[in-house]
Amino acid sequence: MGKTLFDKVWDAHVVKSIEGGRDVIYIDRHLIHEVTSPQAFNGLRKRGLQIAHLDKITATADHNVPTINQHLPIAEPMSQKQVSALINNCKEFGVELYGLGHENQGIVHVIGPELGITKPGLTMVCGDSHTSTHGAFGNIAFGIGTSQVEQVMATQCLILDRPKTMRITIDGLLDPGVGAKDIILYIISKLTAAGGTGYFIEYAGSTIQALSMEERMTICNMSIEMGARGGLIAPDDKTYSYMEGRPHVPKGEEWKDAIRYWNNLVSDTDAVFDQEYSYKAENIGPMVTYGTNPGMGIKVDELIPQEGSSPSFDKSLQYMGFSEGQSLVGHEIQNVFIGSCTNSRIEDLRKVAAYIQGKQKAENVKVYIVPGSQKVRNQAMEEGLDVIFAEAGFQLREPGCSACLGMNEDKIPAGEYCVSTSNRNFEGRQGPGARTILASPLMAAAAAIEGKIVDVRSTLN
Amino acid sequence: MEKLKTITSSAVPLPIEDVDTDQIIPARFLKAVTRDGFGENLFRDWRYNNNDVEIQDFVLNNPTYHGSILVAGKNFGCGSSREHATWALYDYGFRVVISSFFADIFRGNAMNNGLLPLQVSQEELDQILMAIEKDPETSIYVNLEEQVWNVEGKDIQGTFHIDGYKKMCLLNGYDDIDYLLSLKDEIKTFEKNQVVY
Ligand code: SF4
Repeated sequence: MGKTLFDKVWDAHVVKSIEGGRDVIYIDRHLIHEVTSPQAFNGLRKRGLQIAHLDKITATADHNVPTINQHLPIAEPMSQKQVSALINNCKEFGVELYGLGHENQGIVHVIGPELGITKPGLTMVCGDSHTSTHGAFGNIAFGIGTSQVEQVMATQCLILDRPKTMRITIDGLLDPGVGAKDIILYIISKLTAAGGTGYFIEYAGSTIQALSMEERMTICNMSIEMGARGGLIAPDDKTYSYMEGRPHVPKGEEWKDAIRYWNNLVSDTDAVFDQEYSYKAENIGPMVTYGTNPGMGIKVDELIPQEGSSPSFDKSLQYMGFSEGQSLVGHEIQNVFIGSCTNSRIEDLRKVAAYIQGKQKAENVKVYIVPGSQKVRNQAMEEGLDVIFAEAGFQLREPGCSACLGMNEDKIPAGEYCVSTSNRNFEGRQGPGARTILASPLMAAAAAIEGKIVDVRSTLN
Repeated sequence: MEKLKTITSSAVPLPIEDVDTDQIIPARFLKAVTRDGFGENLFRDWRYNNNDVEIQDFVLNNPTYHGSILVAGKNFGCGSSREHATWALYDYGFRVVISSFFADIFRGNAMNNGLLPLQVSQEELDQILMAIEKDPETSIYVNLEEQVWNVEGKDIQGTFHIDGYKKMCLLNGYDDIDYLLSLKDEIKTFEKNQVVY
């Protein structure tokens, strides 16, 4: 019987299978950041351990950094302390750090691919659940807890139970105004926030193949929002041309060898998945969420479902200030956040800029644009996108996670609505009492211009 | 890590589905650089209002319910990978969480910290919640060695699954890291033979 792409990568990383059904898995690349690493460094110190492979670990500061005036000392003392702890820990243990002010700094899942650290066939981990983003390159990438961060630091290995495999196939052509974010929000609305638990998901089909690498990252990024451990897409020529020439990518003969190896990283035609779903691109529309988990999504021209009264559903709608059977079209919003590891790459910013060029944001709306990395920000400025943003009243900030998780001062005020290109609409995620509506960058841009939720298709000519 | 063998305790009911780790511990409380003290902010935004006043009808503020077992709705612990969620539950005093379904990363984090995620069927969960609703002093017995649990004095009981390796770790208070460190030679051999680009 053939193997799935997932099986091929997993099997190549089993150091040992142990009793009780777990595998010791070798980890090729480890990304760390300031929030989930300090306790791991403390653990190493307590046990008198060193980092096993300094060439396999990369650090950045992203979750808890300000997005204005990054050249100044961080004002908030606890954040300052946490970012300093990262600097000191990296220095003490010899870890390469792309901290504030470094040209490579940015959201950990944006800088990995940008620097060519992310490659096909690898196992990659980070103390952050959206590590699944990297799977867009055909690797096994997943989020881990801090105890596991310490384990990888010390041994380059983890003890894991083998996930089940799922394939989601999407075929057909997307309507104009519909993109990768809509695809993944649509899938999650079908499978629910728990529907992928225990699985690694391979995304396949002509629609997925037609997506750019950055769009594929948006899809894999949100695999965790169905509870899946991760998501992956088989590498192809698009993958290689995206990677070629990036700093951590092999060169010359080694590059050719690598491609030969990576070309085997596809699911065999007779491979069997534990679960399969398929959807048609034509059925996908611009998506919005109406509740407090990413599975509570609808096409913008649909109504909030009438579920009957489950206490959790009611609680969710009450928090959002919505009711069953309601349409979101025309609903006023006060904030727009364009950013996060889901949608803060240069293509996202270009799409937004192209849409808003010559337009003005609505007066009642505050717009944050937070690029995923210094490189994205610099590129945007080189292309003059910052001018377009400024003219429309959008504020281009400095890179970080920002209002995606509301850990720094970029918070949405209680009770206000925010159309957000991030990945989570949990209660209080963007600040206590904040009401998040997840959507694509285009839908967010349209909401910023109109001051309310609109079907972006109705504004395209 | 502390050993976990058996527990007999009353329980705190939280019959809400999809409780995510942002609810268990909101991001703005993740700024600490040690593992201690997170219990104070467990379920912060459900426990306190914007002015830090206790919200009376939240279960942790209701002295009727107490104990080291939390009984929660399905898909508990979804969302972020923050281990702080586990530390917060543990620091607050919970040793077992009972639910009909756990998110993956949460389940792993819990077991790495001596907190048992005990999965029961939806029907069993409903029975347990009903028993607690009738009598908040209802005591639940959990035996990890034998993988059984029951509601004391009631005909409500069951078994639960846990893989052999993790069970051994919890019973003995072992971390994965101890085991991994013992594999030094095997890991070295693996590295020597690995083709990686
Ligand atoms: S942008 Fe949001 S989801 Fe992505 S790593 Fe940062 S906090 Fe996590």
